[in-house]
Amino acid sequence: MKKSYIYFFAFFLLTSCSSKEEEIYTPVPYNLEIPALFADKLIAPIIPADNLLTEEGVLLGKKLFFDKKLSGDNTKACSSCHNPKKSFTDQQQFSAGIQGEFGTRNAMPLFNLAWNFDERFAWDGKEFGLEQQALEPVSNPIEMHANWNLIVQKLQESTEYPTLFLRAFGTSKIDAKLVTKAIAQFERTLISGDSKFDKYLLGEISLTPEEENGFNVFMDEAKGDCFHCHGSNNNPLWTDNAFHNNGLDTTFQDLGFGAVTGDPNDNGKFKSPSIRNLAFTAPYMHDGRFATLDEVINHYSEGLQKSSTIDPLMKKVNEGGVHLSLQDKNDLKAFLLSLTDRKFINNPNFQE
Amino acid sequence: MRKKYCLLILILILVTRCNEEKECCVQPQFTITLNFTHHWNGLKITPQDFNELKFTNENGERLSIERLRYLVSNISLINGKNYHLIDVGENSGTSITIPELTNESYALSFRFGFSDEDNTDGTYLDLNSVSFSVPGMLGGGYHFMQFDGKYIDNNNEASGFNYHTIKAVDRTDPNNLKFEDTSFEVNLGTIEVASNPEIEIKMNLAEWFKNPNTWNLNELNSILMPNFEAQKMMRENGDSVFSLGVVN
Repeated sequence: MKKSYIYFFAFFLLTSCSSKEEEIYTPVPYNLEIPALFADKLIAPIIPADNLLTEEGVLLGKKLFFDKKLSGDNTKACSSCHNPKKSFTDQQQFSAGIQGEFGTRNAMPLFNLAWNFDERFAWDGKEFGLEQQALEPVSNPIEMHANWNLIVQKLQESTEYPTLFLRAFGTSKIDAKLVTKAIAQFERTLISGDSKFDKYLLGEISLTPEEENGFNVFMDEAKGDCFHCHGSNNNPLWTDNAFHNNGLDTTFQDLGFGAVTGDPNDNGKFKSPSIRNLAFTAPYMHDGRFATLDEVINHYSEGLQKSSTIDPLMKKVNEGGVHLSLQDKNDLKAFLLSLTDRKFINNPNFQE
Repeated sequence: MRKKYCLLILILILVTRCNEEKECCVQPQFTITLNFTHHWNGLKITPQDFNELKFTNENGERLSIERLRYLVSNISLINGKNYHLIDVGENSGTSITIPELTNESYALSFRFGFSDEDNTDGTYLDLNSVSFSVPGMLGGGYHFMQFDGKYIDNNNEASGFNYHTIKAVDRTDPNNLKFEDTSFEVNLGTIEVASNPEIEIKMNLAEWFKNPNTWNLNELNSILMPNFEAQKMMRENGDSVFSLGVVN
């Protein structure tokens, strides 16, 4: 009889163990679909070993990205300033925070972030790594102005989130680090590589003569010389993700990269944005000063301003620029717009 | 029984001999490190020296360095991937380690840039990823060097220069481009490898502006990539740029 108690006890132990095992959910690895051109031309994207992409993590990140709970008064989400239909910008010069205050920088578009090899994010490169970047706007007093502890509490008390975190990260105990990990996972899936020009490079379609000439203006060191900073057919990111002073001002109100590095030689430098999807991302520059692409092209053609840190790649600064012909300007614009990726902005995986 | 003993002894001898042979033929292996350093007529250059108009070229123009990236390939002691991008400003790629060398004499050489054979457009993903390509209209392939900075021009103003070296292309007839291979081999002599030496390879940046062509930055400062004659002059000046430094 005594023996049977022992057997019963052992059976109980075994059953309790196996029910715990059932609780441990293994998330499904996410298959990042890398465009053929990226795979052919670029090194692998940056996916941190401690935050590998999973179906559950990406899904959770997406939910968080669109959730207004991440703001102090539940009125703004990341998507309020990073709208997928606008290539994850808001088409405003500056974005209004929850109390109606405005910042001093234009909301950056979000795509191909996993190929930012130096991992410096934001116009001034102040954030290292996507996970780290996602922390800042939430607590920024003129953006989402929230307290991370309160956000975590809100999420923890919700009926859905604890389970979603459990499935994504193996724990239902939510913290800020896991929230930003999930958002970063979602952001790494935002890939734009299916524009007309991509199809041209893949040999699927032809360009118009205007687009073709515009590409030549872009690549010609004597004309646009855009390729040194904004990529090329061999760098389909269409950015070097580096920091340059592109001759906007003679003196600087906003030190940009210089305020981050503390080196005055970096004053007035800002990240070169990708020239993909410009059709959706007006106004342009770090401070959204140019409303149209024509204004941008005119700036490089005849509006360059000299300063001590202007990039030596800016040509004929004393004359304001290289003075492109009207035809070349129009063609350059046609080429730039051939990098418009409508499939990206309409991708159902990226919508709320 | 005796036969068995004899056989055993024979096997034992053979096994011992094999071991001895193995021991006698294992040669010590060494690792050498190539350290690329940079100077201006003997004045050492580090990233901290960038952005200052502190150098004067042979033509008397004061200048600064803001970006310096260059490519070396075909290092004589390396098998496998054999090209290296050196980014002086970012302090990356300046040290190259070559393992598994035996106690011998080696001829040390490398190529500045890519030979025509290796300079194939778009094929090096790491170079594409850091925007080191050359436009297709200039024949494609890769830059050999991007040396950007500012100089004091004849109007006493700071102006930009882009001393970019590539495979030279003559575009006089756009339908019949003519190319000239402007990469070049640098021979640094013979080195004895009997330890794990560190070998300094020095680049004297002043030489790019000096020998045999005295470089006038007021005339040749930018848009040099499509300039066939300028590319050939840069190639000529490159001959005296590299030298062997300290071997420890």
